[in-house]
Amino acid sequence: MTAKELGMDLPPALSRRIVLIGAAGLASGLIAGRDATAQALQPGAHVQVLNKLVGGKKATPGRIKLRIPEIAENGNTVPMTVSVDSPMTPDNYVKAVHIVTDNNPRPEVSSFYFTPANGKAEVSTRIRLAETMHVIAYAELSDGSVWSDQAEAKVTIGGCGG
Amino acid sequence: MPTARIRLPAGIKKGEVIEVKTLVTHAMESGQRKDANGQVIPRKILNKFVCTYNGKEIFRADLWPAISANPYIAFFIKAADSGTLDFAWTDDDGSVIKESAKIEVT
Repeated sequence: MTAKELGMDLPPALSRRIVLIGAAGLASGLIAGRDATAQALQPGAHVQVLNKLVGGKKATPGRIKLRIPEIAENGNTVPMTVSVDSPMTPDNYVKAVHIVTDNNPRPEVSSFYFTPANGKAEVSTRIRLAETMHVIAYAELSDGSVWSDQAEAKVTIGGCGG
Repeated sequence: MPTARIRLPAGIKKGEVIEVKTLVTHAMESGQRKDANGQVIPRKILNKFVCTYNGKEIFRADLWPAISANPYIAFFIKAADSGTLDFAWTDDDGSVIKESAKIEVT
């Protein structure tokens, strides 16, 4: 969008500034849009698996953080760390963390069951990704609430080993 | 023969939350691969992992074929007492790989 299209007659320097401001606004809009879609789970078998694992409870985005590399060169072994914000006391702790993917031959990856004796609700492992896909994590807390996070990894070499 | 390795930090203080790193050798055959004759290689994975601390279960995991070969699992424990950490991985064939580690708190 230029100043001329807006029906304004401005000195070139100022008009360029307006274009830049417009571009910045557009870019931030795109980033916000990406965040919004990142939180919305696409329906599919993986969501059914998750819902079954947590007994049909509704998951809210937040509290849990799933970390995988944005670009995974080798899908055979992709490092993953999941952590949940919790004091891990006997009356307020994370009971379980469930991991699924939306584009592997089977959605299930792993379920981790914690106790207050863990002191910290965090686990790291290495997973297989057949191609570029989302990894989704659900955390089940002792108060019955369920929280979710997801991340996408772009995979260069698939991890199913033909 | 599978081997398991456990790594704990040095100089653990009583009550400290420490990371326990575990690694076990296993192909984690996914059941998705085919051999040279086009036959599917049957699934054979470690499907369960359990950690007990002085006899009490404190951490457990269910694993599926999407876990990489030679499974690495790192998690945390609150080092409340000196004693023993026992680890067990259960294979699809029913066999269990066991390993233990001494934990000393000061």
